[in-house]
Amino acid sequence: MDVMVLLLLTGGLFLGWSLGANDAANVFGTAVGTRMVSFTKAAMICSVFVILGAVISGAGTSNTLGKLGAIDTLSASFVAAIAAALTVYVMTHLGLPVSTSQAIVGAIVGWNLHSGSPTDVSVLIKIVGTWIACPILAGLVAMILYKVTVPSLRLARLHLLHLDALTRLALIIAGAFGAYSLGANNIANVMGVFVAANPLEALDVGRLFSLSGIQQLFLLGGLAIALGVFTYSKKVMLTVGADLMPLSPVAAWIVVMSHSIVLFLFASQGLEALLARSGLPTIPLVPVSSTQAVVGAMLGLAILKGGGGINFGVLVRIASGWVTTPFIALVICFASLSVLRNFFE
Amino acid sequence: MFMKKKLSLFSKSRALEAEIEEFLQKLSDSALTFQSAVAAYLRDGATNEFELMVQQLGELESRDDALRRSIETQLYRQTLIPESRGDVLGLLETLDQVHGLMEAGLYALSIEKPLIPEPFVPHFQDLVEACVHSVDHLVLASRAFFTNIDEVSEHLQRVMHFEKEADKAGTILKRAIFESDLDLARKMHLKSFAEYIDDVADGTEDVADRLSIYAIKRAI
Repeated sequence: MDVMVLLLLTGGLFLGWSLGANDAANVFGTAVGTRMVSFTKAAMICSVFVILGAVISGAGTSNTLGKLGAIDTLSASFVAAIAAALTVYVMTHLGLPVSTSQAIVGAIVGWNLHSGSPTDVSVLIKIVGTWIACPILAGLVAMILYKVTVPSLRLARLHLLHLDALTRLALIIAGAFGAYSLGANNIANVMGVFVAANPLEALDVGRLFSLSGIQQLFLLGGLAIALGVFTYSKKVMLTVGADLMPLSPVAAWIVVMSHSIVLFLFASQGLEALLARSGLPTIPLVPVSSTQAVVGAMLGLAILKGGGGINFGVLVRIASGWVTTPFIALVICFASLSVLRNFFE
Repeated sequence: MFMKKKLSLFSKSRALEAEIEEFLQKLSDSALTFQSAVAAYLRDGATNEFELMVQQLGELESRDDALRRSIETQLYRQTLIPESRGDVLGLLETLDQVHGLMEAGLYALSIEKPLIPEPFVPHFQDLVEACVHSVDHLVLASRAFFTNIDEVSEHLQRVMHFEKEADKAGTILKRAIFESDLDLARKMHLKSFAEYIDDVADGTEDVADRLSIYAIKRAI
C-alpha cells in the first residue's frame, strides 16, 4: 500500500482508535468494571467482533453516508475525518456530549458546501431522525426486555450464584453482539468518508476468500478500533462500570442488549432486505451514537421504575449535541478545506 | 472446550451453593439442638445427655465457622457476585453470631448449672420455643434471599413476630422471677439466663433488619 494513502487514511484510523477507546466501554464497561469479566478477555472478544461486524455488515451505514455526500478525493476525505476527530476532541475537552456519528455527518455537509455538491435534504432528515429515534428505541427495547427477563428469572428461581454464573455468560454474549453491532454500525464514521475515493484493490487471500477494496478499508478501520480497545479503553470501562454499578448485573445486561439490538437494527442490510421483501417499512441504515443508545436504555429502565432519578439536564445536553456537534464539525471541515485550497492555489 | 469451561463455571457455583445450603442447614439443626438441650436441662439438670448436646452444638458451630470462611474465600478468589458479595458475607457473619449466642447460652447453663424452680420451667420453655421459631424463619428467609427473593419479606415478618413473642415471654419470666421469694442473688442469676436465651431472639432481629435491606438491594 502506498505510504501516502496510508498517511491520508490516518484521519479515519485516528477516529477508529478514539471510537475503540471510548465506545468499547458501552458494551463491556459493566462486565469489566464489576470484574465479572477480565479486561483482556473483554478486549479480545470486543476486538474480534468489532472487526467482524465492520467487514461483514459495515456497508449499509457507509452507503447512507455516501448518499449524503460522496467525497471523491482522498485528501478531502482526510480533512473531513480530521475535522470530525477535532470536533470530538474539542467537545470532549469542553465536557460536552459528543458523538462521532454526528461529527462525521457535519464534516460531510461541510465538504458538500465547500465543493458545491448538493446535500440531499431527505437523507439528512432521515439521519437526524434516526439520531432522535435511537435513544427512544433503545429505551423501548430495554423496557420490553425488562418486562420479559425479570418475571422469567423470578419464575426460574435461580440461586444467586447460578444467576451470577449465567449473567457472566450473558454479559459476554451481549458484549460480543454489541461489539459486532458497534463495528457494523459505526465503521461508517471511521471509514465511510474514504469509500468514494477508496484506492484499495480487491485482494484474494489464498483460495480461502477474497476481500473487496471496501472490506479492506473496513478491516483497517476495525483494526484501529481494536487498537483503541487494547490501548485506552480499560480506564473508560472501569469508570463506566463504576457509574453503572447502581444497576444490578441483570439490568446492566438489559442495557447492553438494548444498545446492541438498536445498533444492529440501524446497520443490518439483511434485516432491511427481509423487511422490504415482506412489504414492511424498512429501518434506515444510519450510524448512530452508541453512548446515546446506552443512555436511552438506562432511561427506559428508570421510567419503568417510576421515573425517579432521571436527570433532565442530561437529556437536554444530548438533544443539544444533535445540533452543535454536526455544526462545529461542518465549520471546521469547511474552514480547513478553504484554508488548504487557498494554500495550494 | 467452551462447553467444558461453561460446565466448570456452573459446577463451581453448584459446589458453593451446596456449602451455603449446608451452612443454613447446620444453623437450623443447631436451633433444634438448642431447644432439646434446654428442655433436657429443665427436665433433668446437667445430665450427660445435656452435656452431649452442648458438645454437639459446639461441633455444629465449628463446622459453620469453617463453612463461612470457605464461602468467603471462594467468593473473593473467584470474584463471584461482585454486587452482592458484601451483603452475603455480612449475612453469613451475623447468622454465625446467632449461632454463637445459642452456644453461649448452653455453655452458661453447663458451667453455672443454675437451679431452676418448677414454676419458672413453662416460662423458660415458652421463651426457648419463640427463639427457636425465630431462628427457623430466619434460616428460611436467608435461603429465600439466595433462591427466591419474593419470599424473603414473608419469612422476615415471622422472624419479627417470634422475636416479639420471645420478648413477651422473657418479660413474663423476669416478672415471675422478681415476684418470687427467692433471694436477690438467685433472682439475678435466673434473670441472666432469661437474657441469655432472649439474646438469641434479639440476634435474629438484628439479622432480619440487615436482610430486609439486602433483599431490597437485590430487587432489580
